[in-house]
Amino acid sequence: MADNSIAISSKGHESYIDHKGKHSGLLGWIFSTDHKRIAILYLVAISSWFLIAVLLGFLIRLELLTPGETIVGAQTYNAFFTLHGIIMVFLFVIPAIPAIFGNFFLPIMLGAKDVAFPRLNLFSWYLYIIGGIFVIIAIFLPGGAPDSGWTFYIPYSIRTSTNMIFTLSAAFILGFSSIVTGLNFIVTIHRMRAPGMSWFRMPLFPWALYATGWIQVLVTPIIGITLLLIIVERVFRVGLFDPSLGGDPVLYQHLFWIYSHPAVYIMAVPAMGVITEIITVYSHKTIFGYKAIAFSSLAIALFGSLVWGHHMFSAGMSDTANFIFSLLTFLVAIPSAIKVFNWTATLYKGSIDLEPPMLYGLAFIFLFTIGGLTGIMLGTLSLDIHLTDTTFVVGHFHYVIFGTTGFAFIGGLYHWFPKMFGRTYNKKLAKISFWILLVGFNILYFPMFVMGWLGMPRRSYDYLPEYQSYHVISTIGSWILILALIIIVYTFIKALRSGERTHEMNYCGGETLEWKVETPPTHENFDEIPVITGGPYDYKQNELESEVE
Amino acid sequence: MSSEGNVAVHVHRDDEATKLGMWLFLFTELTLFGGLFLIYAVYRFTHQADFHIAAQNMDTFIGALNTIILLTSSLTMVLSITAIRRGSKKLSLLFQGITIFFGFIFLLNKYFEWSHEIHLGNFPGSEILLSKSQGDILFFGLYYVMTGLHGLHVIIGMIVIAIMMRFTLKNVITRNNNIKLEVAGLYWHLIDIIWIFLFPLFYLIS
Repeated sequence: MADNSIAISSKGHESYIDHKGKHSGLLGWIFSTDHKRIAILYLVAISSWFLIAVLLGFLIRLELLTPGETIVGAQTYNAFFTLHGIIMVFLFVIPAIPAIFGNFFLPIMLGAKDVAFPRLNLFSWYLYIIGGIFVIIAIFLPGGAPDSGWTFYIPYSIRTSTNMIFTLSAAFILGFSSIVTGLNFIVTIHRMRAPGMSWFRMPLFPWALYATGWIQVLVTPIIGITLLLIIVERVFRVGLFDPSLGGDPVLYQHLFWIYSHPAVYIMAVPAMGVITEIITVYSHKTIFGYKAIAFSSLAIALFGSLVWGHHMFSAGMSDTANFIFSLLTFLVAIPSAIKVFNWTATLYKGSIDLEPPMLYGLAFIFLFTIGGLTGIMLGTLSLDIHLTDTTFVVGHFHYVIFGTTGFAFIGGLYHWFPKMFGRTYNKKLAKISFWILLVGFNILYFPMFVMGWLGMPRRSYDYLPEYQSYHVISTIGSWILILALIIIVYTFIKALRSGERTHEMNYCGGETLEWKVETPPTHENFDEIPVITGGPYDYKQNELESEVE
Repeated sequence: MSSEGNVAVHVHRDDEATKLGMWLFLFTELTLFGGLFLIYAVYRFTHQADFHIAAQNMDTFIGALNTIILLTSSLTMVLSITAIRRGSKKLSLLFQGITIFFGFIFLLNKYFEWSHEIHLGNFPGSEILLSKSQGDILFFGLYYVMTGLHGLHVIIGMIVIAIMMRFTLKNVITRNNNIKLEVAGLYWHLIDIIWIFLFPLFYLIS
C-alpha cells in the first residue's frame, strides 16, 4: 500500500476531496457539480435525517412500554408516528441509496466522468434540503406537527388543523428531487457508458438504478398531483376527495398507492443492487444468473407498479379488483425470489469473506426473506382481513424496508467507505455492532408479528394489558438496536477523523470499474475513459491471468 | 469516443442526452396530468348526467378559439427553430416573440372565461355551487384544477421561451447549437397537446 500511495502522489493526482475548483471551503462543496461531492452532501443530509427519525422511532417504542400515557399524550404520539413515517420514507429510505451510492458510483461504474446533467444533480440536492426545511417548518409552526400518518388519508388530512400544507409541500418537493435524480440516472445510463460497455456488460448496481429510475420518473408525479390536490382541497374546498362534497376518499387511496406502492421498490431495488455487488465481491465469484438478476429488477419495477390495490383490501373495492390485485401481488414474489436464489447460488462454492459488508449482505437475504414471506401472507385476501391495520403490517414493512434498504445502506457504506474517503474503519467494531444490530432488530420487530396476529392495532397509543409483555420485549429490542446504531455512527465518525489513510485501489478484490480507479477517486474519475472488453464480474478470467503471471 | 484521452478542457455536449432528458421530463408531466385525467374519468362515469349538464355552461367558441391560438403558437415555435437553423437570428426571435404573445392571448381568454364563471357563482366553496348537485361541484372542481394547472404550465412555458429569446440574443443559441430552443419547443408542444385533451373533455362532450 505504501508504494502504491507514492506512485499516486508522484503522478500528481489529487483526489476529489482535495480538488480545488472555483470555490474553496464549504462553498466548494455546496456549489460543486462533481457527482462525488454531491453524493457526500447527500450522505451528510440524509444521515442526519435518519438519526432524527430513529430518535422518533425510539420515542414511539418508549411510549408503548406501558398501556396509557407513558411519556407523552396521544396527540404528540400521533405526531411522532406521522413524522417518523414522513422523515423515514421521504427523507431517508427513498433517496438514501440512489442519491448517495448511485451518485457516487454510477458514473464510475459506467466509466464516465460525471452524470449526464451535473447541474441538475446539484439542483436535486437543493430541492432535498428545501423539502427538509419545509418539514422543520411544519413541525414548529403554531398549529402543531402533522398528525395524519404519512399516508395523509382523506378525510382526516383535510380536516385536521395541524400544519398539513407545509408537510404536503415538503413531500411534493422531495418527490421532485427524486424525479430529477431518476431522470439523470436514466439518461446517464443510456448515453454515458464507456465504449464497449454494452447493456449486458453493465454492472448490476447500475441495472438496479436503471429500473428504479423508471419508477421514479413515471409514478412520482402521481403522488405530486395527489398531494397538491389535498392542498387545493384544504385551501379552496374543491371537493374532489371530500366525501361531504361528493368526492371519493377511496379514489384518493388509489392515487396515493399508485405511487406509494412502487415507491417501496424505489426503496428496495437499489438496495438489492448494492447487495448484488457485495455478495459477488465477497464470494470472489462471478455473479450467478447475471441476466436473471438484471431482468428481475425490471420485472419488479413492472409488476410492482400494478399491485397498489393490496393496500386497500378492506377499503371497499370490488371482489374482482381484490382478487386481481392479490394475484398480481403474488407475482411480484417471483422476480424477488429469483434474486434471492441467484444470490445464494453465487455464495455456493464461493470463497466467502465474512467482512462487515458481507455480514450485512447475508443478513439482508435472511431479513428480506422473512419480510417477503410475511408480505405474501398480507397479500392473501382472507389473511389480510384479519391482519390489516395491526402491528403485523408494521413488522412486515420494517423487515422489508429496514431489513433491506437500511441494511444495504449500512453494508454499502462499509463496502465503499474506504473508496469514498480514503480511510479505513475499525472492522472489529463494525462486526460487533452488526451482531448487536441484528439481535436488536429481531427483538424489536418480531414481537410485532405475534401481537399483530393476536389483534394489536397499529398506530394505537393505548392498548389492552394482555399485549404488554410483547410491547416490553419490542421496546427492549429498540434499545439494543439503538445501541448498535450508536456504535456504527461512532465507527464511521472515528474513521473519518482518525482512520488510517489508504490509497489501495482494490481493497476487496472487486472487478467492477470503481476498483480500478484511485482511492479516493480523482476529480475526473479516469485519466482515460476505459474501453470495456468483457463482462463486469469476470472473476474466473482474473484468476487465470494471475496464475499465468 | 474520447479514447485518445482528451481530458483537460473538454466541453461536454450531447444533444441526444438533452433531448432524452426532456422527453423523460415530459413523461413526468403526462403522469402528473394523468392523475387528474384518471379522476375525471372516474367522476364522469359516476356522475354522467350532471357532467353533461354542467358542460353546457362552457362557451365552446372561446374554447375553440383558444385551441386554434395554441395550435398556431406551436407552429410559430417550430418556425423559430427552423429560422435559427437557417441562420436567421432575427426571424427566430420574432417567431419566439409571437409564440409568447399567443400564450398571453390564450391566458387572457382563460381569464375572461374564469371571471365569467366566478361571476355566475360557479367556483369552489361558493354558496351557489354548493347548493347544486355533487356532479356540478366535481365538474367545476376539475375544471378549475385542470385548466388552472394547464394555465400554470402556459406561464412557465412563456417564461422558458423568454429565457430562450435572451439566449438567442446573447448567441448562446446559434445556428449550430440550438438544442436548448428545441427542447423548449418540445415542452411548448406538450402544453399544446394537454390542451387538446382538455378542450373536448370540458367543452365538447355535453
